[in-house]
Amino acid sequence: MTPANAEWLPAAIAGLVALSLVVAVLATAWPRQAHRVGLLGALAITAWVLGLSALFLNAGPDPEAAATRVALGGWEAPLGLMLHLDGLSMTLLVLTAVVGLATSLYSLGYVHDRIERRQFWPLWLWLWAGLNMLFLSGDAFNLYITLEVVSLSAVALVAFTGTAAAVSGAVRYLLVNILGSLSFLMGVVLLFGEHGVLDLLLLETRTEAGPTERMAAVLMTAGLMLKAALFPLHVWLAPAHGSAPAPVSAVLSGLVVTGSFYLILRLWMGVFAPLATPAFGILVGMLGVAALVWGSLQALRAGRLKSIVAYSTVAQFGYLLVAFPLMLVDPGAWRVVVFFAVVHALAKASVFLAAGTLQHAAGHDRLADLGDVLRARPRTVFALGLAGVSLMGLPFTGGFIAKYLLLEAGLGTVLAGSVIGVLWVLAIAGGGLLAAAYILRMVAPAFHRGHEDAGEAVSPWMDWVPLGLATVAALAGLAGTLTLNTLALTPGAP
Amino acid sequence: MDGGWLLLAILFSSLGPGIAIFFLPEHRQGLRTALNLGGAGTKLALVGVLLAGVLRGDEYRFSLPLMPGIDLVLAADALSLLFASLSAVLWFVTTVYAIGYLEGSPRRSRFFGFFSLCVSATVGIALSGNLITFLIFYEILTLATWPLVVHRGTPAALRAGRLYLAYTLTSGLVLFTAIVWLTLLAGAEGFTPGGYLDGLAETHATTLQILFVLLMIGFGVKAALVPLHSWLPIAMVAPAPVSALLHAVAVVKAGAFGIIRVVNDVYGTELAIELGLTAGLLVVAAITIVYGSIQALRTDDLKQRLAFSTISQVSYIILGVALAGPLGIIGGLVHLVHQGITKITLFFCAGNFAETLGIHRISELDGVGRRMPLTMLAFTLGALGMIGLPPLAGFVTKWHLGLGALEAGMPWVLGVLVLSSLLNAAYFLPPVIRGWLGERREPWHEPLQAHAGPTRFETHWMLLFPVVFTAALGLLVGLFAGLGLSPLGWVSLIVRRDYSLPEFGL
Repeated sequence: MTPANAEWLPAAIAGLVALSLVVAVLATAWPRQAHRVGLLGALAITAWVLGLSALFLNAGPDPEAAATRVALGGWEAPLGLMLHLDGLSMTLLVLTAVVGLATSLYSLGYVHDRIERRQFWPLWLWLWAGLNMLFLSGDAFNLYITLEVVSLSAVALVAFTGTAAAVSGAVRYLLVNILGSLSFLMGVVLLFGEHGVLDLLLLETRTEAGPTERMAAVLMTAGLMLKAALFPLHVWLAPAHGSAPAPVSAVLSGLVVTGSFYLILRLWMGVFAPLATPAFGILVGMLGVAALVWGSLQALRAGRLKSIVAYSTVAQFGYLLVAFPLMLVDPGAWRVVVFFAVVHALAKASVFLAAGTLQHAAGHDRLADLGDVLRARPRTVFALGLAGVSLMGLPFTGGFIAKYLLLEAGLGTVLAGSVIGVLWVLAIAGGGLLAAAYILRMVAPAFHRGHEDAGEAVSPWMDWVPLGLATVAALAGLAGTLTLNTLALTPGAP
Repeated sequence: MDGGWLLLAILFSSLGPGIAIFFLPEHRQGLRTALNLGGAGTKLALVGVLLAGVLRGDEYRFSLPLMPGIDLVLAADALSLLFASLSAVLWFVTTVYAIGYLEGSPRRSRFFGFFSLCVSATVGIALSGNLITFLIFYEILTLATWPLVVHRGTPAALRAGRLYLAYTLTSGLVLFTAIVWLTLLAGAEGFTPGGYLDGLAETHATTLQILFVLLMIGFGVKAALVPLHSWLPIAMVAPAPVSALLHAVAVVKAGAFGIIRVVNDVYGTELAIELGLTAGLLVVAAITIVYGSIQALRTDDLKQRLAFSTISQVSYIILGVALAGPLGIIGGLVHLVHQGITKITLFFCAGNFAETLGIHRISELDGVGRRMPLTMLAFTLGALGMIGLPPLAGFVTKWHLGLGALEAGMPWVLGVLVLSSLLNAAYFLPPVIRGWLGERREPWHEPLQAHAGPTRFETHWMLLFPVVFTAALGLLVGLFAGLGLSPLGWVSLIVRRDYSLPEFGL
């Protein structure tokens, strides 16, 4: 590490937290100008994160040198709060910035009502700040707090339009979140009671495969699975994500769910690593296969555009579960899983944004009556299709690279002699076909011969941002090496 | 990265205009045509430059890291140029034809956008330097072709599109899995004449056999090998330029080209023979040849007959490769070009009949030779070429395939060739005879004149010129097969240079 980096990196990390909070507070305190604050804030945060990532990568390639811990207020763990940046958090921060910026630009067009604007922007900026802090938190309690910030602002965002469907979706979402958070908190308390520390790195050195850890693992994982809508705890997802306004759905499906998944991964790679047995891995993998099949079938049956996309999230997260047994055989595969989650988030967010444009133009999102609008809006359909290609895992997109690496890991387990590996390979390969089928349902009506009707006018932001983000998702295919190398800068991880 | 820019430029000469066309408003017809023809012309010129360079012996290579240890590699060898120049020439012609064919029809920006994407993918396939790159462009081709197949938007077109995707995506996944598996075993090697799997032959013989079958399933769907061929005859509902693209320029060719690459440059013929793989492929190809011809006999729809004929003719390529001797490979590779030129002529003719006179069935062809003599002449040349009458292109192919069969000591293949030629004659001569000798009593319907007014020639010049051009090309490549730059000369060069096979006489 060069001396300049050594000085700048901790300051840049603390600065990012401060900046996100300042922007959120400003927007809350000054609701009339919330959208202007929001736009400037989004640009500033994105620029800051990109600068931070440049500093971070520059500090590599030694993971110990790049990964940085910042003690807030000068108090070291176990007494003080620690901020913690490594390759995993850096990757997710960049993802959050990209999706966040796209969503902010899109919202300039989508949220145009004055009252709605005052409600939307502060909530969204709090959510973003919460996510940034979540990825930077280094201890279990802090994680709980940031998780709550994210969850509560997400609930409010689902409800903010005030329609009956949105409110009932939000209430359900709230209950799920409270249940999940409580379960997580109980696990944290158990760990604290046993070991007396909250810092993740310290915990990692003290935990073993004892009964307390087992209990805590069950509680925390179940809570997070509920929040991440991992099968079979997914039932709440489709109504909540489907009824929320489009930019909110994009953030929920793209970032919030990924945030919960990040925590699961973080915990199982560190604190709970001794508990993972092959049998447990197979169980999780089976759940993943079930999620893939069930989510895809629901997406094939759903009658509304956004429901299809929401169920697709359930299905796509099945891959993440299927990858769990692969990680047990080849621990290095975790980087592939994160890359998959990143690419999925980009593609899913753009699909939701495109769906929002279509819904806004048509005034509804019933697939059966959407043909006219689909035919008249080729740009949006193209965005939908391009992001869809990434979800299918076909070239030339990030999804293809992710699928390639997953398949490689799967075949690796088969070649290592695991019979059940054949099932994982079939699931990983076959899932793409199911995805193709439900993506086609959304895109094909645009190619039917028939009447054209562009519907209500939409702002240029809503017209172009989905296409832009879908292009980013496709170009992520070129960022495979970069992402994997960034992720390698995570000390302690295989 | 020697001269890698040239390969990229060839790729982008169609990709760039394609993307620009997507964003063009529908009424900017002049600009769209300029972009289309400009792109096609540039590509043709650049491929010419590349051809000259490869003849000089220059190296062209471009690589871009995709994943740790795995690169996207573009490279130009003599074999890739065979396919690249074929598709560049035929694309130019097809573009002219498509502009004429689609004049006045809606959604042309979308059509030509995907059209250019298709050709970019095809050239990418031709220039791929390893299996993963091949797979990437191969799948892009699948996706880019679908909007063209369903372009008309009728229920029949959408059904054909669904079937097309079901076949190609499923086989694509099989191919994907096989390639990942092979790469895990052998690393991400580039295509090497003679193959790069020798080291695994001892230890992994069974795995290699399984992988070969998986790869053949993956490529066989696009190459329309029986029993994976059903999508092709149904996809003939697409507009005529798309059929040309499917049958001659891009899709089935991509499948056949993949099989050539796998047999020659991944496994290598020696290993493929040793593992007993070519024998199986030979039988499948022979069955496909006969089956396609019989099915072609049974249908009255002109385009469908041509589609079944493609199934049969593309397997000539596979047959040549599976014969695994120098003469057989020459016959197979040269048919890649000959089948393309001949079949595109026939599909253009079928399109002209349908557009100008509303004729779709063979039984309606009576007397069409008097109304459209040039098109009918082109059709006749194409048909006779397919049958294999000297000195047309098809004869050169069949001659070498026959010699290759004798060289490989498999005289029964000769029987297949004779039988298939008889069947070819049986299904191609009736339309020719009806066209010239049949008599039409009532006046023609003239759908083209009805909406576009009278034409100077027998049909719109943009429909007529491509037909005449490709028909003449089919005649010339047969007549001048002995010259160095003819497809046959080029293919002999490939076989001599890349496969360093023992000397052989023609």
